[in-house]
Amino acid sequence: MAQQRSFNPYTENGGTILAIAGADFAVVAGDTRQTEGYSIQTRYAPKVFRLTDKAVLAVNGFAADGNMFVKKVKQRLEWYKHAHSKDMPLQSIARLIQTMLYAKRFFPYYVYNILGGIDEQGKGAVYSFDPVGSYERETCRAAGAAQSLVQPFLDNQIYFKNQTGEHPTHLPLPHVLQLVTDSFTGATERHIEVGDGLEMFVILARGRGSQELEGVAGIREVTTSDERERVFVINRDLKRD
Amino acid sequence: MFRNTYDSDNTVFSPQGRLHQVEYALEAVKQGSAAVGLRSKTHAVLLALKRSTGELASYQQKMFRIDDHVGIAIAGLTSDARVLSNFMRQQAMASRMLYNRPVPVNRLVSAIADKAQVNTQEYGRRPYGVGFLVIGQDALGPHLYEFSPSGTSYEYYAMSIGARSQSAKTYLEKHFASFADCTLEELVQHGLHALRETLQQDKELTINNTSVGILSGPGSSFKIVEGPELQPFLSLMVPKADPAAPAAAPAEDVQMEDAS
Repeated sequence: MAQQRSFNPYTENGGTILAIAGADFAVVAGDTRQTEGYSIQTRYAPKVFRLTDKAVLAVNGFAADGNMFVKKVKQRLEWYKHAHSKDMPLQSIARLIQTMLYAKRFFPYYVYNILGGIDEQGKGAVYSFDPVGSYERETCRAAGAAQSLVQPFLDNQIYFKNQTGEHPTHLPLPHVLQLVTDSFTGATERHIEVGDGLEMFVILARGRGSQELEGVAGIREVTTSDERERVFVINRDLKRD
Repeated sequence: MFRNTYDSDNTVFSPQGRLHQVEYALEAVKQGSAAVGLRSKTHAVLLALKRSTGELASYQQKMFRIDDHVGIAIAGLTSDARVLSNFMRQQAMASRMLYNRPVPVNRLVSAIADKAQVNTQEYGRRPYGVGFLVIGQDALGPHLYEFSPSGTSYEYYAMSIGARSQSAKTYLEKHFASFADCTLEELVQHGLHALRETLQQDKELTINNTSVGILSGPGSSFKIVEGPELQPFLSLMVPKADPAAPAAAPAEDVQMEDAS
């Protein structure tokens, strides 16, 4: 047979992302390891990005597409701000992401998106997408290399699936942060593409106090506007093997 | 003046070496309501008088944000202003996307100046009927530029355009030496007083008809102040002197020379 040459426009860069919606907050997290095959490309490549003070987007799959997609979403949000002098509401950002993804239905962005933030009613919200724009609002979602390890854990701990007895309707923020951290340390143990570092974004609704975040090690605020929703980033180390 | 035969075609010079269509376009800018711009070593501000067609109508927008580090005030055809400001926004975003840095302000102003020049030389096209005052921030500090439909742009310490802008210019010329070291509040006060000079008799600056655009140091964004937020600034102004009476005692933070 004659030699076949080909160019594959996509590659898998590993990593895992996760988002959980609380009553008046949302958490969006991702590990920071970027891989190709058995190699580590870098131990710190962010996968979670602040779009507005109400919206945070996590992207996972093919890193080049993920990074470019975020830049294009940010540009669209900038045009919206020029035209309307305010930020795009979360449900509209979600719909915008669908249309942007479906526009490339026949050469897709190889990206699994998870959008988290505060909706127009002041409640925590999570939207998850497939690469061509199918989307749905949920309470929690994991995506990426360790999705199959993390999502069942969340189903049990957040939806209380396969558990009997009473359970709270709303989970407190410190507990949710613990669930996120445990999800990633667990995934790091058993999946080679997950590790190095964890970056968590916490978005608080307007008027929601930040006392529970006092004293959290290494927390920093990245709120920009005076809209009074607030965004914080927490970094943690994960095992580097 | 006998300029009728040479003034319809953009591509025809008059015997005196003038392009009358371009000059008529400059008239459109002079018909727009006044806009004032001035800068210090650390800040740059724009102030504009918003016009309304009547009590039932809204006030015309005079100020546009282009990027975090660039803002403009317009005088003339608002529709042309929207098209050009859209172009400026595209340029600003392209610069960030392609080169990972905010567009240099002088480059942005040159881009619209060159774009406007095309319309002064191509047959069948008319010049843009709007002028801009552009403020921007870069590594060297704040800048103020004037853009005009002739395709020229200049940098200034202080400038005004639009109807009765000469009165504002006179005020600015009188005080500009002190602008470099002004605080932001002092700069805005100077701008408001300059803008007030352009008002017709028995009109005054209000929270509805005034627009202020502020650019502070690096790390801050261009901010437009309008409506109730303006009241503190307006309240600090020296009350309008009765033309017959001597000048009133100046407020502490406004350095005004004695009236001569």
